[in-house]
Amino acid sequence: MPTTPSQTVGPFFAIELPYGDGRYAVPEGTPGAVWLRGRVLDGDGAPVPDALVETWQADPSGQFGGDFRGFGRSGTDDEGRWAILTLKPGPIPGASGEAAQAPHVDLNIFARGLLHQVVTRLYFADEGQANAADPVLAGLDEDARATLVAQPCADGYELDVHLQGPHETTFFAV
Amino acid sequence: MTDTARRASGLVVPTFRPDPDGTHPPLDYGGYKSTALRHPKRPLVPLPHRLTETTAPVFGGDRVTEADADLTQHHDGDPQGERIIVYGQVVEDDRRPVPNTLVEIWQANAAGRYRHAGDQHPAPLDPHFTGGGRCLTDAEGRFRFITIKPGAYPWGNHHNAWRPAHIHFSVFGRAFVQRLVTQMYFPGDPLFFQDPIFNSVPDAAARERMICRFDLEQTRPEWALAYQFDVVLRGADATPMEEHH
Repeated sequence: MPTTPSQTVGPFFAIELPYGDGRYAVPEGTPGAVWLRGRVLDGDGAPVPDALVETWQADPSGQFGGDFRGFGRSGTDDEGRWAILTLKPGPIPGASGEAAQAPHVDLNIFARGLLHQVVTRLYFADEGQANAADPVLAGLDEDARATLVAQPCADGYELDVHLQGPHETTFFAV
Repeated sequence: MTDTARRASGLVVPTFRPDPDGTHPPLDYGGYKSTALRHPKRPLVPLPHRLTETTAPVFGGDRVTEADADLTQHHDGDPQGERIIVYGQVVEDDRRPVPNTLVEIWQANAAGRYRHAGDQHPAPLDPHFTGGGRCLTDAEGRFRFITIKPGAYPWGNHHNAWRPAHIHFSVFGRAFVQRLVTQMYFPGDPLFFQDPIFNSVPDAAARERMICRFDLEQTRPEWALAYQFDVVLRGADATPMEEHH
């Protein structure tokens, strides 16, 4: 039974998708909460004001499926900015004999002009040792790796997503 | 790796099957102008499925009410236009239903106008229609919306470009890699031939799968016509998500 094709999210998804507390994977005031934030930029380096960023991640102990929602969703503003309040994930146990994965967040990015979402990962700059052992980062060259590593900022971590151009983000085929 | 070897590692993660070639549009599609500066030019890097890719958020019933699925009842009065029932099933490619998953829809009103500041099409807004709805699938993966048939509308992609009537669908599934955003079209729309978004799907049979089916059986006499739209997501081998030893 063949699968249903993807189509663009279009410019008007805000009618439905960013409802409620989408930007809050945890409520404001949660101890240890951090903002993951950044911009979505196009091939000219211009902000993409009508993108939707979704995050999916483990809880601080590296587990999925507990009380922690693990999911965040943020539209971008006129400057292309997105932001999601969450808890930093823990390292994820390795599967099939692999090393553990460094703390990371999977990102789905949707936008007008994207006929299919693009998938990337966000890693954390202050996890140098874990990042060095991560099986996904290990498969990438240094430049490609750098596009996935969020830098600490005042209230959390910051990572820009470049859909295209000299700083193009590393996107994954899943 | 054999099943035995996978189990020996203590953690078994399913691998979701790839979609058949031609199912999804290319990210670089000249006919749709907005793709020009927004598609990655470097090849996508294959990412084997691990825990993050094979799990997905679970949305509790507290986030979705029954009323959310009836887009004609979100205001004090009835919206203008043709009331329709849109129902279907979320399944995997082996027909296994996807229960308790979030389905979200959004659409233009009967005049082809979205309730969004960015939509400047000179067609009337409807004070009784917002155009967004959601529901959780039941134990058999079924969903059912009541809404208004959306109108076609012009857009600036090329001279005299018109979008065929459509309803946007967003579906989660049980794994990150099943996440799907698509559009549902109506049978026999005369605008298909000139629409680059519909035609961006390379395989003609795959395009047909985005067109709902008129279903006389499910119509409610004297009240509303019905359309069936099944959403098919990638499936995985029937291995358990996780095994502890």
